[in-house]
Amino acid sequence: MPIITDHLTYVYGSKTTLQKTALNDVSVKIDDGQFIGLIGHTGSGKTTFLQLLAGLIKPASGTVYLDGEDIYAKDFDKRTLRSKLGIVFQYPEHQLFEETVFKDVCFGPKNLGVDDKETELRAYEALKMIGLEDEVFYQSPFDLSGGQKRRVAIAGVLAMKPKILILDEPTAGLDPAGRNDILGLILKLQKEQGMTIILVSHSMEDVAEYADRVLVMDKGSIVFDNTPREVFKHHEELKELGLSVPQVSVAMSKLREKGLPVKTDAITVEEAVKEIIRVLR
Amino acid sequence: MRFIKAEKVTFEYIRRDEDGNVEGINRAVDSVSLDVKEGDFISILGANGSGKSTFAKHLNSILLPTEGTVWVDGMDTKDEEKILDIRMATGMVFQNPDNQIIGQVVEEDVAFGPENMGVPTQEIIERVEESLKTVGMLDYRKDSPNKLSGGQKQRVSIAGVLAMHPKCIVLDEPTAMLDPVGRKEVIRALRALNDVEKITIILITHYMEETIYSDKIFVMNKGKIAMEGTPREIFSRVEELEEYKLEVPQITKLAYELKKQGLRLPDCVLTVKELADALSR
Repeated sequence: MPIITDHLTYVYGSKTTLQKTALNDVSVKIDDGQFIGLIGHTGSGKTTFLQLLAGLIKPASGTVYLDGEDIYAKDFDKRTLRSKLGIVFQYPEHQLFEETVFKDVCFGPKNLGVDDKETELRAYEALKMIGLEDEVFYQSPFDLSGGQKRRVAIAGVLAMKPKILILDEPTAGLDPAGRNDILGLILKLQKEQGMTIILVSHSMEDVAEYADRVLVMDKGSIVFDNTPREVFKHHEELKELGLSVPQVSVAMSKLREKGLPVKTDAITVEEAVKEIIRVLR
Repeated sequence: MRFIKAEKVTFEYIRRDEDGNVEGINRAVDSVSLDVKEGDFISILGANGSGKSTFAKHLNSILLPTEGTVWVDGMDTKDEEKILDIRMATGMVFQNPDNQIIGQVVEEDVAFGPENMGVPTQEIIERVEESLKTVGMLDYRKDSPNKLSGGQKQRVSIAGVLAMHPKCIVLDEPTAMLDPVGRKEVIRALRALNDVEKITIILITHYMEETIYSDKIFVMNKGKIAMEGTPREIFSRVEELEEYKLEVPQITKLAYELKKQGLRLPDCVLTVKELADALSR
């Protein structure tokens, strides 16, 4: 179920003095099962891009094709979009509302018109997938810890069985262990279920570690589209765009400046360790 | 001089059912004792739910201890007559800048605090100018806060607190929602406030690398102080930190892994420069 955006453009406050082009002529193709890291400074257009992919706002021009179908065509049934593409917004736990964790996770599939038995089965599977203990299922979601709440909110989206999962800063405000849990879960969904992942993150380290492909946005356009290793070679350009590179990448460049003949393209701690050992032995 | 003293502070949330009967008691802060010297840069680390934010709210009488006492600049936070003095002595900055900015124009927002304190107009003007200058936002004084990036907004929030001339600023995850450059801007502004203006800083964060310049770090776990020491003392205990759901900065991790491989390195490396120096020797 590939996604293709065709000259996608979005304008806020069109025909007013505050007119602002938030997304400018973006054409990309996202293939099945890819893990995309979407980065860009605040206000670069990431969220607008996601909202367009999910069919939540109407483009000024251009369109999005999901599995070959134009999602903005008049006769396109938006409900099929909801079951194919799941979106996890920032701080998704603010959207929890039901009396119990289990009921909350049932809400999505129920709305899709899935029958009760199947809904419950899906909710159970989704909660198992996020690694929640059975005894928590019938507790109020409001009694859970921050990390648990967020995983329940993600389960609510997973229960709709999307093929594509979009996550807008899913780890903001979580402690390091909570961050690793969520990212590990997302990686598992990609590897084991072949889900396409689009992850918006402000952590260059996380993007370097998990994504196969990085899209960098600036002023409503995609300015880099490549593997993390290639993208994170551009230290200076990224800095100018309000971004950075993983801390280990900075370290490798510094080591080379100091005369240690290491290659500077390591983007994870593991790679950096190997490379430094290789040079020193 | 001692600025904050907490003595055996305990805080309990009482959970009640729909009829108001007590269902259970959560001890969010459990017998915490600590001292903060005037002019120190302190960081507090800890997993989600470890009690950091609850404790921080005791530092300007938003919450009062169930047991124990907090003294701020010699004043007991339970003393109702001193509450305004306490809040003027310690300012707070929270995670989401959008929830803290109320003015239509940047300088108006910064003036809100001193205006409420009854500061004479001429002095407000001076304070606003000086505060915006300190955080590097003077050029934006006539702008609408809506147009600013996340990091800029957060610096305006800090200026708003500064204009009240506090002796201490408590920041609860001020960088959680910011992009990498925004994060750096905020941390740089805090270090300058501490170095130049000698304002006591208490920083709560989930980003380990933001704390490496602190005078002291406290690690909280399950409502208690689990570790305390200089960044070097704290980050040399990699495994213990992992138990508390934390980690070490990426550079420290890199050096730790290299050391495991048999390289001769100092016990705890905090910066890229230290690592480069140690390896090129």
